[in-house]
Amino acid sequence: MAAVQETVDKVRSVDVDAYKYGFVTDIESDMAPKGLNEDIVRFISAKKDEPDWMTQWRLDAYKRWLTMQEPVWARVNYPKIDFQDLHYYAAPKRTPGPKSLDEVDPELLRTYEKLGIPLREREILAGVEGAAERRVAVDAVFDSVSVATTFKAELAKAGVIFCPISEALQTHPELVRKYLGTVVPVTDNYYATLNSAVFSDGSFVYVPPGVRCPMELSTYFRINEKNTGQFERTLIIADKGSYVSYLEGCTAPKRDENQLHAAVVELVALEDAEIKYSTVQNWYPGDSEGKGGIYNFVTKRGDCRGDRSKISWTQVETGSAITWKYPSCILRGDDSRGEFYSIAISNGHQQVDSGTKMLHLGKNTSSRIISKGIAAGRSDNTYRGQVFAHRKAKGARNFTNCDSLLIGDACGAHTVPYIESRNASAVFEHEATTSKISDDQLFYCMQRGLSGEEATALIVNGFVRDVLQQLPMEFAVEAQKLIAVSLEGSVG
Amino acid sequence: MLTITDLHANIDGKEILKGLSLTVKPGEVAAIMGPNGSGKSTLSYVVSGRDGYEVTEGSIVLNGEDILAMEAHERAAKGIFLAFQYPLEIPGVTTMTFLKAAMNAQRKQRGEEELTTPDFIKRVRAAADKLGVSQEMLRRPLNVGFSGGEKKRMEVLQMVLLEPKIAILDETDSGLDIDALRIVAEGVNALRAPDRSFLVITHYQRLLDYIVPDSVHVLSAGRIVKSGDKGLALELEKNGYRDYVADAA
Ligand SMILES: Nc1ncnc2c1ncn2[C@@H]1O[C@H](COP(=O)(O)OP(=O)(O)O)[C@@H](O)[C@H]1O
Ligand SMILES: [Mg+2]
Repeated sequence: MAAVQETVDKVRSVDVDAYKYGFVTDIESDMAPKGLNEDIVRFISAKKDEPDWMTQWRLDAYKRWLTMQEPVWARVNYPKIDFQDLHYYAAPKRTPGPKSLDEVDPELLRTYEKLGIPLREREILAGVEGAAERRVAVDAVFDSVSVATTFKAELAKAGVIFCPISEALQTHPELVRKYLGTVVPVTDNYYATLNSAVFSDGSFVYVPPGVRCPMELSTYFRINEKNTGQFERTLIIADKGSYVSYLEGCTAPKRDENQLHAAVVELVALEDAEIKYSTVQNWYPGDSEGKGGIYNFVTKRGDCRGDRSKISWTQVETGSAITWKYPSCILRGDDSRGEFYSIAISNGHQQVDSGTKMLHLGKNTSSRIISKGIAAGRSDNTYRGQVFAHRKAKGARNFTNCDSLLIGDACGAHTVPYIESRNASAVFEHEATTSKISDDQLFYCMQRGLSGEEATALIVNGFVRDVLQQLPMEFAVEAQKLIAVSLEGSVG
Repeated sequence: MLTITDLHANIDGKEILKGLSLTVKPGEVAAIMGPNGSGKSTLSYVVSGRDGYEVTEGSIVLNGEDILAMEAHERAAKGIFLAFQYPLEIPGVTTMTFLKAAMNAQRKQRGEEELTTPDFIKRVRAAADKLGVSQEMLRRPLNVGFSGGEKKRMEVLQMVLLEPKIAILDETDSGLDIDALRIVAEGVNALRAPDRSFLVITHYQRLLDYIVPDSVHVLSAGRIVKSGDKGLALELEKNGYRDYVADAA
C-alpha cells in the first residue's frame, strides 16, 4: 500500500493549493479533477449537501481505504487500475460521450437492434450526449412519465419509500444513518471501502412493517433521473413482516465511459420480512479487442436480521469484461433463509468470477444455491461459493447445485467451493456438474431446422431453466433473448 | 425427388460410403436394408448434412437442387427430415418449446409467417392424439426420461408436424414392441403422399410388414449392392445378408 500512499502524498503536495483553490471552494464546479484525496471526498459530500455525519462517514472510509490493498485472489486478470487517474465526481451532463450513434461501436448497435430496443433508448444506452435530456421531453408526450407518476403515488399510499439515496439522506436521514454500512461495513473490502468514500448515488427502499410492496420496484423508473455513476450505492430495508421485490439492471448492454464500477448493495430483512432481489446485468464487454469493457467489482450482501426472514438473490450476468461479484446472505435470525440463483455467461475474452456466501449464524437457518455457469469463446468462468455454519447455528442446512456448461474447447469453467461447519448438526449438500453441448445435440436441433446459434441458445436456455423460473415473468423473457444474443459467434 | 450419385464419404479419414448411388421418386417408399456397420446411419447423416463427414466424390440432388453445400438446418428447411436411431435428450427444454422452435425456424427460413400460438397448439394436439403422445409428455423436457418407444413416437410426431419432402427413418423400429410399431407405422402411412418420399432404414423386415415399400435396396460396405421390390426383403429375411456381404468384400 505504500506505493498508493506515496502517490497520494505526492499528488497532494504538488497540487494541494490548486485543488483547494481550483474547486473545493467552487462548489458550482461540474467535475472534480482526477484523483482521490480528502478534499475530493468532502467535495462529493458537499455537492450533495449531505449531513455532517455522512461526510465524516465518507472520510473515515477514505482513510481506511488508504491502508488497504486491492485483492488479487479472484481468478481474473486485468491491467492495474490507476486509482489516481479517475474522476470521482462528474455531473451527468458533463460526462463526455459520443455525439451521435455514428460514433458508437457498430457491434453494440447491432445488439440493440437484435434486442428490439427503440432507437431513442439506444442513444441513451450508448451514452450519446444529450440523449437522456431529449428523451424526457419526448416521453412526456407518450406515457412513460405518467406511468412513473402513478407508480410513485401508489407506493406512497402503501407507505413505501423508494427514491435515490441522495434524496433519502435529505428526507429520511435517520433511516439511512441507522442502516447504512450495517451490512457491508465501511471496512469490508477494498472496493466497498472505496465506494463508501465516494459513492455517487443509487436506490433507497424502505418497506414499513406488514406492508407487501404493491409492485415490483425497478431501477427502470429511475432511468430519467441522474446517471448514478460508477460507484452506485443501494440500501433496501424490509421492516417486520414486509415483502419487496426489486429488479435491477437492463438487458441492453450499457456503454459507459467509466471503466471501473464498484457498487455496493445492502439488504436488511427484519423479522418475517422477505426481500427478492433480481438482477439482469449486461455491461458492455468491450469491442472485438475487449477495449472499453467494464470492470465490474460489486459487493452485494443481504442481512436476514430478524427471525424467519428471507432474502433471495437471482442474477443473470453477461457483459462486462471482468465481473467480480458475490451476492451473499448473513443468516442471523433463527429460521431465516437465504437463496442464490445465478446464471453467469461468459463469451469472447470475458472473465467472470462470481458466486455467493451463505453465512449461517442463527438456528435452523437454511440456504439454497443454484448456479449455472456458461462459458463460450475464450472466456473463463469461475464459481466461488462459501457456506459457513457457526458453532451456534444448530440445524443449519444448505443445498448447493453448481452446473457448468462449456461451449467449444477454448473456454474454461471452474468451481471453487469453500465449506466450513463448526457444528455437527449442520447438513450441507453440494452437487456439481460440468458438461459440454454435444455435437449430437447440436446436430439433432439443426436437423429440425435451427441454425447452430439458435440450437445453442435453445440448449442453453434449457440448461438455465431452473434459474430463469425464479425471475419475474417479463424479466425472464428478456433474459432469454439476452442469452441468445450473448452467445452469438460462439458456434463455428 | 432425391438422387444420390456415386457418393463417397469419409469420417475421420476413413471412407465409409464408397460410391453409393440411389434414386427415390416422388411418393416412393424406399427401404434400405443392410448388416450392422454397412453405412446406413452414415448415409442418413451425410444426406441430412451432419458436420464431420467429408464428401470426396459424387452428388446429392433434391428436387433438382444440389444440397451438398447446404448446412443441416438449411436442408431441414428444404424438407429433409431424419428420424434418429438414437433420439437426443434436451434437458430443460420442454417438448412444446422445442416443437415450436423447430417449426418456426423452418418457416422463417422459407420466408413464411411464424405460427400463431393457437394454430401451433391445434396442430400439436391433433398429431399427438393420433400417435398416443400424452399432454403430460409434451410438457416434459424433450426425450428426457422417455422410454425407447416414447422417443421413437416423438420422432414420428416431429415428422408429422414438420411435413417433410423426404423423411429418412433410421431403424425407427428398433426397441419398439408390436403395439408401438403399429402406431409408428400408421403415423408414417398416414403421411404418404404423391409429393413426399420415404427412406426407411431397417435391419429387419418386420417393419416392412407395416410400411410396405415400393423398392428395397441392400446396402453393404458403403454401396447399394442389390435393388428390388418388396420381395427382396422377404428373401433377405430368409437367407440373411451373407450373399451380399461376400459380394462386397
Ligand atoms: N466417427 C467415426 N469414426 C470412424 N468410423 C466410424 C465413425 N462413425 C461410424 N464409423 C464406422 O462407419 C461404419 C458404418 O457405420 P454406420 O453408418 O453407423 O453403420 P450402420 O448404421 O449400417 O450400422 C462402421 O464401420 C462404423 O464403425
Ligand atoms: Mg445405424
